[in-house]
Amino acid sequence: MRAMVYRGPYRVRVQEKDRPTIEHPNDAIVRVTRAAICGSDLHLYHGMMPDTRVGMTFGHEFIGVVDEVGSSVRNLKPGDRVMVPFNVYCGSCYFCARGLFSNCHNVNPNATAVGGIYGYSHTCGGYDGGQAEFVRVPFADVGPSPIPEWMDDDDAVLLTDALATGYFGAQLGDIVEGDVVVVFGAGPVGLFAAKSAWLMGAGRVIVVDHLDYRLEKAASFAHAETCNFAEYDDIVVHLKKITDHLGADVVIDAVGAEADGNFLQHVTATKLKLQGGSPVALNWAIDSVRKGGTISVMGAYGPMFSAVKFGDALNKGLTLRMNQCPVKRQWPRLFEHIRNGYLKPSDIVTHRIPLEHVAEAYHIFSAKLDGCIKPIIVPNAA
Amino acid sequence: MPYTPDKPKLAESTDELRARIPGWGADLDPRDRPSVPKERFDPGLNGAHWEFPQRQPEKWPREMSIEHEFLTPVFGTSCPPRGLSGVIRRYSYRTYSEARAAHWLLLLAADRVDAVESTLRSMLTRHPDNPVTETGVLSEFTHHGLSSRLRGKRVDRVHHPLDPVVVAAPWVLAGGVAYLAARRVVRRRRG
Repeated sequence: MRAMVYRGPYRVRVQEKDRPTIEHPNDAIVRVTRAAICGSDLHLYHGMMPDTRVGMTFGHEFIGVVDEVGSSVRNLKPGDRVMVPFNVYCGSCYFCARGLFSNCHNVNPNATAVGGIYGYSHTCGGYDGGQAEFVRVPFADVGPSPIPEWMDDDDAVLLTDALATGYFGAQLGDIVEGDVVVVFGAGPVGLFAAKSAWLMGAGRVIVVDHLDYRLEKAASFAHAETCNFAEYDDIVVHLKKITDHLGADVVIDAVGAEADGNFLQHVTATKLKLQGGSPVALNWAIDSVRKGGTISVMGAYGPMFSAVKFGDALNKGLTLRMNQCPVKRQWPRLFEHIRNGYLKPSDIVTHRIPLEHVAEAYHIFSAKLDGCIKPIIVPNAA
Repeated sequence: MPYTPDKPKLAESTDELRARIPGWGADLDPRDRPSVPKERFDPGLNGAHWEFPQRQPEKWPREMSIEHEFLTPVFGTSCPPRGLSGVIRRYSYRTYSEARAAHWLLLLAADRVDAVESTLRSMLTRHPDNPVTETGVLSEFTHHGLSSRLRGKRVDRVHHPLDPVVVAAPWVLAGGVAYLAARRVVRRRRG
């Protein structure tokens, strides 16, 4: 089969690879019809995530058609059109039994601090991902769900991570009616978090980024006020000024490990790999939220230490909430919101690129060329 | 104002927000949200028809965190460790827990070694690594590279020049080493 493979920092290619096989009785093999590149794939692409091996296929956002099932699979059959959460999870461990699917303890031998994620390094379990023609899906009775007939493919693929994560991020903010919500990052997760904040009754939503084209999308898609932090000497002071010097009630970090805005932080984290991530957005969140407020962290960070301002977080009495999103928990409600017309995830898709051109897709997305917000990868067999 | 008790008034009323934003308030009740409460015990909910999953066959000694009691029943089988990078990875997993910086720094070092080893290995195949096609850099010419970078006040422009350095450094280094080695061989033969 044809599959994207990682060749080293900033280098990927498409090549022939063995078709995955059933390795466990509850596996399924899915023929991929759509995959997406996630902002967090860029952390792998840039060589930031420890134990990212040459030859691995990335891709934790994908949908497809079931091609083959293992002997113990009951809920799926070949031919079913399925969406697959980015979490690999067993459904039965201590954490899964409590709904913490992203924290599954039975799928990742390489680390106990993180669950399993498709195509996301060996630190997340060593599973090949969906930027390929076929992918192995463990625990087929647990994770995947049939795609509703009324749902189109681009909406479905965004439900496998980006939309679910943004919606989850807004929930972790514990937003109550009338709250002022600041979202750092106008990428896919930030846009969905901003949109979701309104569903939870926010009184004001402000999105911060440095890319004008993304801020324009935040205004049009997520109905948000926008701030380009590049236009201010100190974005924290500006946010204080526009929130009556109180600060926001809730701040959502939808940027994560490659945050810009502080050269030293960015270079030490992303180029020299001396930190688990550049915590610029997280530090701005700590400083711009009001005392007693809540920060929701949805941006992905690596397992190493980062220079985070915990003293300010302590002194301000903040609540910091975070997790990888347990995707499937969000689906029933998100299906309702899409059907009701409150959310149209595919509105943020800017590029649809054949799998054979995956190297260009990564470069365009990484360098933020051509107004790129969300690239979708379409395999040959789709 | 934080200096007085009342919360600042919002510019828009609830009715105005509901009229302007599709779905405003659809999840207004914090107790009626899919992720509330954080932990909800219901082992029958998730489609699992086992208490502990059947074990996947271990086809090679699978590296694992020493914080695990045993190998997880299911695991990824992509890219088994190999070469010098594999030795470093196995050592890191065998020796250090996730709590130790040495664990992660060794794994990152192994990643860099892996990239060099794999590039050298690719030179012996019909598909050697090609930094031009693999970086996708030609999309700079087809997807408005220059104008995208110059538009607005992007703050990442300041470190864009570092990207080619990160990509090219191993190639330049390898070329330099190869040149020095070749020069030494030639000089010995002449001498």
